[in-house]
Amino acid sequence: MAELTDLTLADARDLLNQGEVSARELTDAHVAAVESARELNAFITETPDLAREMATASDERRAKGGARPLDGLPIAIKDLFSTREVLTTAASHILDGFTPPYESTVTRNLWDAGAVLLGKTNMDEFAMGSSNENTYYGSAKNPWAREGDNRPLVPGGSSGGSASAVAARAALAATGTDTGGSIRQPASFTGTVGMKPTYGRCSRLGIVAFASSLDQAGPMTRSVRDAALMLGAMAGHDPYDSTSVDAPVPDFEAALTGDIRGLKVGIPREYRVDGMPGEIERLWQQGMDWLRQAGAEPVEISLPRTRYALPAYYIIAPAEASANLARYDGVRYGHRAEDAKSLTEMYERTRAEGFGEEVKRRILIGTYVLSAGYYDAYYNKARKVRSLIAQDFREAYREVDVILAPTAPSPAFPVGDLVDDPIAMYLNDVFTVPASLAGLPGLNVPAGLSDDGLPLGLQLIGRAFDEETVLKAGQVLETAADFRHAPSFVAGS
Amino acid sequence: MAVDEQTVAQIAQLARIRLEPEQKRALAEEMGNIIHWVEQLNELDTEGVEPMTSVAEMALKMRDDVVADGDRQADILKNAPETRHGYFVVPKVVD
Repeated sequence: MAELTDLTLADARDLLNQGEVSARELTDAHVAAVESARELNAFITETPDLAREMATASDERRAKGGARPLDGLPIAIKDLFSTREVLTTAASHILDGFTPPYESTVTRNLWDAGAVLLGKTNMDEFAMGSSNENTYYGSAKNPWAREGDNRPLVPGGSSGGSASAVAARAALAATGTDTGGSIRQPASFTGTVGMKPTYGRCSRLGIVAFASSLDQAGPMTRSVRDAALMLGAMAGHDPYDSTSVDAPVPDFEAALTGDIRGLKVGIPREYRVDGMPGEIERLWQQGMDWLRQAGAEPVEISLPRTRYALPAYYIIAPAEASANLARYDGVRYGHRAEDAKSLTEMYERTRAEGFGEEVKRRILIGTYVLSAGYYDAYYNKARKVRSLIAQDFREAYREVDVILAPTAPSPAFPVGDLVDDPIAMYLNDVFTVPASLAGLPGLNVPAGLSDDGLPLGLQLIGRAFDEETVLKAGQVLETAADFRHAPSFVAGS
Repeated sequence: MAVDEQTVAQIAQLARIRLEPEQKRALAEEMGNIIHWVEQLNELDTEGVEPMTSVAEMALKMRDDVVADGDRQADILKNAPETRHGYFVVPKVVD
């Protein structure tokens, strides 16, 4: 059944619609693929029984003539989304045993569209990380390897398990969340497509909060069409999230016309950072050439405050995290330290035992920048810089329709290489964080291989709520790049 | 700005995270490095710039102030480490 796990979402949908395959067959093939890919540690929880139950229900719906947009398509869900009666951990010890009595809006939308849950994927704890090494459940691995080098590579993060599962053909697609690059960077590291939509496009209700002004859910897939299809099902207004936009969800798939003639593509000169590897610079140039050959017009632009995005992000995101993670106190759910003599001791030991090192570091940084005497110097300063970064983009979009940039400053690196250097790890997000701060949609498209045989991606950044242009240009890039390389590990083979 | 161990201890107390002495030493250095790195923002003139408060430009919606959900005590207590008689149980806070 290897061929069933190699399908795109769109092709699997078409086969289901034509009666060539049943949801149950498709799901059985993927349940087996998930099991055979355990060495990647991409899943924290597998849900094979639930998957079969959902697939059977899907086949019954279809038999009655009521098939829905994603009916019968098996997908994986990042373990940051609350799933009713299914363990939800955020890859943290502090959420031990937590089975939500509610469903996140995004996953509810996916189940309403007929999708089938294969399991919950590994990630950096509370979505804090760029390598999927900050997890209570052990690092997820990248299914790709360097030529002539067996060392395991990170899948990127924080949505590393989702990226790994999709790249290894263990799931047709997966959800991710992106706060500073957590969908786009792992997609780049694994040769997959990942889209962070505009802030407000998807509801955040029921997604474990990291930094509420930045967090956004999005699809991780093996084609741009699949990203369009899946985003359409995930998105939509939610009266229970005041930051979700009350606007109709466009037909994203219909936007994939292939026609980008006359499209103005911004090339931000500040993204040519010192020490950028030649292979990434060449790929970026290649991307410009591909878009030009399809009739678009590359235009050099300036986003002058780009270099301040990362330090502003590493004030704002920890500040919001320190507030959001105050709720984990050992009282209402999750881990609790034993035999504490007082309530304060119980809180302090619960949080010391329950949080990993990076999470503690960010809570402490966040507490520091919000504390009396430092609030203006750090937190307000960062929010002002954020305004300037958003202004840079607004000015650029007076001239151009979409921006092309690299997604990550390097290909995937070996497990363990950056764990002792937080700032070096943070630099992974140098090309993704600016769009996050401005709330703009960003898409990773796999575009080529590095000199040692690893996937590299290009990023398209669009105007707020203009995912359609991003996806349209992304599909043109995808067609031109014709990226057909497979990772060295493929589930079930 | 350098971050000393005493500052780390105060911040950790505010954040309700117990730290061992060797963690305080390591964190003082790590936090000092990170704070030093973010201080490059001071190169940028932000005089007269409004801090960003909302990401997507839209008016906050109002809804009717009515009960929309409720009577879910069992759900609310379901994941608690310890409960008694429909309450969460915590260590004693008064003598």
